[in-house]
Amino acid sequence: MYPSRFRYEAPRSLDAAIALLRDGGEDAKVMAGGQSLVPLMKLRFASPDLIVDINNVPGLAYHRQDPDGSLHVGALCRHAELERSALLGRAHPTMAAAAPLIADPLVRNRGTLVGSLCHADPQGDWASVTMALGGSIVAQGPAGRRTIPVADFVTGPFQNVLGPAEIAVEAVIPAAQGTRSGGYLKLERRVGDFATVGVAVALETSGTVVIRAGIALTGVGGSTIAAPEAERALVGQPLSADAIEEAATAAAAAARPKTDHRGSAEYKRHMVHTFVTRILSRTEPLAERAA
Amino acid sequence: MTTVYDDLSDAEAGDVPVNRIRFTINGKKKVAEVEPRLLLSHLIRRGLGLTGTHMGCDTTNCGACTVLVDGRAIKSCTMLAVQADGHEITTVEGLATASELHPLQEGFKQEHGLQCGFCTPGMMMAAKQLLDENPAPTEEDIRWALSGNLCRCTGYQNIVKSVLWAADKLRSEG
Amino acid sequence: MSQATTGSRALDEIKIGGLGASRKRVEDNRFIRGTGNYTDDITLPGMLHMEILRSPLAHARIVSIDASKAWEVPGVHLVLTGDMMATRNLAWMPTLSYDTQAVLATDKVRFQGQEVACVIADDPYIAKDACELIDVEYEPLPAIVNPQQALADGAPVIRDDKENQPDNVIYNWEVGDREGTDRAFEQADRISRLQLHYPRSHPSPIECCGSIADFNRSTSKLTVYMTSQAPHIIRAAVALVAEIPEHMIRIISPDIGGGFGNKVPVYPGYVCSILASILLERPVKWIEDKSGNLISTGFARDVYLDGELALRDDGKILAVRMRTEADHGAFFADAQPSKFKIGLLHSTFAAYDVPVGHIMARGTYTNKAPGGVAYRCSFRVTEAMYFQERMMHAAAIDLGMDQAEFRRINFVRDDDFPHRTPFGFLTDSGQYGECLDVGLKAVGYEDFLAQKEEARKNGRLLGLGISTMTEPLGAGNSREYDILGIKMFDSAELRVHMTGKAILRTGAKSQGQGHETTWAQIVAHELGIPAEDIVVEEGDTDTAPFGMGTYASRSTPVAGAAVAMASRKVRAKARKLAAHLLEVSEEDVDWELGRFYVRSAPDRGVTIQECAMAAYSNMPDGMEPGLESVSYYDPPNLTWPFACYIVTVEVDPQTGVWDVLNMIAVDDCGVRINPMIVEGQIMGGLTEAYAMANMQFQTYDADGNCVGANYMDYLLPTSWETPGFELHSEIMTPCPHHPIGAKGIGECAAVGGPAAFVNAVMDAIGDTGVRNIDMPLLPDRVWEAMKYRRDVSGAPPVRTDD
Repeated sequence: MYPSRFRYEAPRSLDAAIALLRDGGEDAKVMAGGQSLVPLMKLRFASPDLIVDINNVPGLAYHRQDPDGSLHVGALCRHAELERSALLGRAHPTMAAAAPLIADPLVRNRGTLVGSLCHADPQGDWASVTMALGGSIVAQGPAGRRTIPVADFVTGPFQNVLGPAEIAVEAVIPAAQGTRSGGYLKLERRVGDFATVGVAVALETSGTVVIRAGIALTGVGGSTIAAPEAERALVGQPLSADAIEEAATAAAAAARPKTDHRGSAEYKRHMVHTFVTRILSRTEPLAERAA
Repeated sequence: MTTVYDDLSDAEAGDVPVNRIRFTINGKKKVAEVEPRLLLSHLIRRGLGLTGTHMGCDTTNCGACTVLVDGRAIKSCTMLAVQADGHEITTVEGLATASELHPLQEGFKQEHGLQCGFCTPGMMMAAKQLLDENPAPTEEDIRWALSGNLCRCTGYQNIVKSVLWAADKLRSEG
Repeated sequence: MSQATTGSRALDEIKIGGLGASRKRVEDNRFIRGTGNYTDDITLPGMLHMEILRSPLAHARIVSIDASKAWEVPGVHLVLTGDMMATRNLAWMPTLSYDTQAVLATDKVRFQGQEVACVIADDPYIAKDACELIDVEYEPLPAIVNPQQALADGAPVIRDDKENQPDNVIYNWEVGDREGTDRAFEQADRISRLQLHYPRSHPSPIECCGSIADFNRSTSKLTVYMTSQAPHIIRAAVALVAEIPEHMIRIISPDIGGGFGNKVPVYPGYVCSILASILLERPVKWIEDKSGNLISTGFARDVYLDGELALRDDGKILAVRMRTEADHGAFFADAQPSKFKIGLLHSTFAAYDVPVGHIMARGTYTNKAPGGVAYRCSFRVTEAMYFQERMMHAAAIDLGMDQAEFRRINFVRDDDFPHRTPFGFLTDSGQYGECLDVGLKAVGYEDFLAQKEEARKNGRLLGLGISTMTEPLGAGNSREYDILGIKMFDSAELRVHMTGKAILRTGAKSQGQGHETTWAQIVAHELGIPAEDIVVEEGDTDTAPFGMGTYASRSTPVAGAAVAMASRKVRAKARKLAAHLLEVSEEDVDWELGRFYVRSAPDRGVTIQECAMAAYSNMPDGMEPGLESVSYYDPPNLTWPFACYIVTVEVDPQTGVWDVLNMIAVDDCGVRINPMIVEGQIMGGLTEAYAMANMQFQTYDADGNCVGANYMDYLLPTSWETPGFELHSEIMTPCPHHPIGAKGIGECAAVGGPAAFVNAVMDAIGDTGVRNIDMPLLPDRVWEAMKYRRDVSGAPPVRTDD
């Protein structure tokens, strides 16, 4: 319940934050919402020497769609803003489906999407969503800015590729080429639970033809799992019951779940199949065709 | 918090670095010197003596410690006291005015929305943010907004009624 | 004594906050303002803080403990280890079940989370820092996580500290008529058998346990503020353990943030804080964290059932037989009436007219925290009624009978009270069939059954579950009930001041039940003093009369009765004062609510307030001044509320997730002092029933690691998952032996509720022939049962891939 001692800085600019990290030694951590880091520190599973709190850095609390259609989520954009976002509700169905399912309403008031991605919890929801959408993270450090695809961002549980003095400043979802559809389904035993199984599906269609498919899985392996074979089963054709079944089966096969107190591996695989099927069966293109 | 140690040995107590912070709590401006590791909930309870904000767990689940920071309901056990620097905190003690209870407080009493009372301050603060943003919530809205606050005693049904009561009263007061 | 009669100036009982008034709660005034006074809110001058170091291993020999670095941390005042406790004979303490329990481990640790050392420092952050620097070397031993392992040949003996303990068996206990039961089974048309595990749960009130021990050298008095549902029992225990005389110990239970049985036992943390305060001569505060609370304090349940019903084909139950295995953890530390090793488990089937039965119960040690009797259980009646209603559900299916009808034809009839159960209880009153009728009507039984059939055609699975039961509440009469030899009476002390206001103190201790509100209502009923004129205090052993505390729904039945009796003693004296004031003889004086009057001239009367004034200023010759009384109430019997819970659900066949459609509760608990508070208690119990049925439990992996030792893994439902409840109170059968006709109620819904949820899900998947899924009915378990058409057990160890 009580963290160990650490030094604390709350810089007022990105450059100052980067300088503090650069000079701060091995064991410095960036803190935004703190809704993952503070609990770890209270249990003393994390004991950084220095906390660099970026909450006072201006200009990071945004989410917006650029004219080119790309979605940008700043490092201090809270989950709650995304949950309330009319933009997401209108134009980003997979994101909009996931936002209310992150933790609970109070944690959503502080926690951030970018922070969640950096925390790299293998059971994080946003990681699957942004992976399915082909997103990337923009990092800024002493050597300047760089963009890292979400698929390459995580190297292991709670480990990412950021250098010791790099700060993630935003997440970017590339512009859609077609019409977006999709969703996020999460089997949680109650609000605030980690996912037993989570499935993110992000489609783009042109007319009825699926031109892009992203499917990523939460909680069924040691990390977020991409399901490229499942994606391939959908692309280049309209959605059909057969294609959905093929994708669901491939997604289940891509999962690497473990049997534990949340259920058997078999059940979790089955839930991947079920969720993929449900999300795809409810998407607009199929609903139109089914009429 | 500033701490004075008994000098039990020859060893130096050591320099415990503290940060100075300024914040507003229930409308009053405060200055404090705190260790960075001090949790906001401990600043509120021990540093300020406002014990209405309770601590019920150690994994950021129960919500008994909920306060408003700049009007947003957050779990004060998962925020560092130093992060309150420059911000406004409202706790349960700040709900009532000198002469009147807040309709939420009245509602919880009218509708038997509490039994042991331990989760109640946190519930009311979370409900306050809801009512500030949504003056006419449905039962579903309320249950969703309070899904970060655990209660063991009431089964939530009367808590929902309490918030509805408060919403009615706030609307009728104009 | 007569009740308010036909006098013209009787006060309106509801207006003055008497019986039946849904009086708003007095306690709320401070809680809604955040000015409650919970143990952690209390600060004493010079107070220090204690943190506990716990064992990471479930079973291990302690090779060495090196606390030297902890002592060096600036701000640390004391580091206690088992060896230090042992020099003061405090490394072990007696439990409330006549066993011993380690305070701080010396030779071995016997469960994950067991207390190994503690640090007292200027603030808890520093204490925690120092705990981290204590170096303990362990030699792991094999861990035992269920009774089967405990009883296996060659199993390590967990309690090798005890003499004459060659194995892991704590007790064997039986009750009933074995031969008669065997004969009935031989004659049965059909035998219905059910085996299941009632999983380990934890009461987990939101507030954790804690104490502030304050030993004052100059007065030699020890004061302990603590989270205790039974402060007088604690005083007795501390006198025993710490060898401080009873009159020099003061236990104060301030506001308590939920108890549910978790705050009855004596925990090592309390003992350590007391010793630390004595050694340091400063107040020492210990407030545990939630992880400590979940992993080490009194858990609930963890009992295995092998149950059988002997049945006649027309549906009559001929006999019941149960074999149970209780997993008690590493120490037998339950607070329960000492005569009954398995609590009141043998109250099972009390609602049904079963002629004969036999129960054999065994308790074993395992490498888990001690406990078993807790969590709104009424002393293992949760197990009794869960087993009962799950067996009833299975038996109805075996007989091909309707669930409601099967219960109805076996109910004890309205005119059959008092009724002797096969295990020796005497149930007092009830209208069981009428309650069932109310429930069936409320849920729309026939319509639902039709809906269910329709839905099945569309591949949807609907189900309905019934749970009916009567349970014994209000332990208990002195012939049979005691804890540590102390009889289980309760008490009330009432003092009426000269202006007719009053103060009432009882031996109970509310943790949210609203005693400050409801006890005053009893006094208002008896004396006509408005409830708001009566202050109620509980929890300070220096001022409260001796009581056995509040748990097992005993307070209304016992302490409430004492309140009524104390009030009646006051009324008897007031009658004498009235006669004196009215200048008539006592025989000519009648009573109506709030007033004595001359029978032959009813306009001539005096109020109770005038009598009170007279007690201080105008007494008759020879009468002792003052107007007060104390009553110790030894209940003649337990009280027997009845409940009918009906739940309807829909199960998603693809995911195993189930949703509650309706939750109907029909509760007959006799006279309701405060209907609003009674309903609150029922809803709280229903939530816990839902929690246990749906998501909440603790289990262990093969190494003895506890799963469910923090709020991330121990799942309490939120407002989002918790269903709504429809409560019914149409049937009210007064308790024939209780002074105001009330029965207990606080735990009924937790006792009877779980089976209703489980039976509903089992009904929904009834086509699969699955007989049992252990609680909680998590989606993966329900799915597995449906897919493989087999029972699903939840017993530890947790299944993993390995």
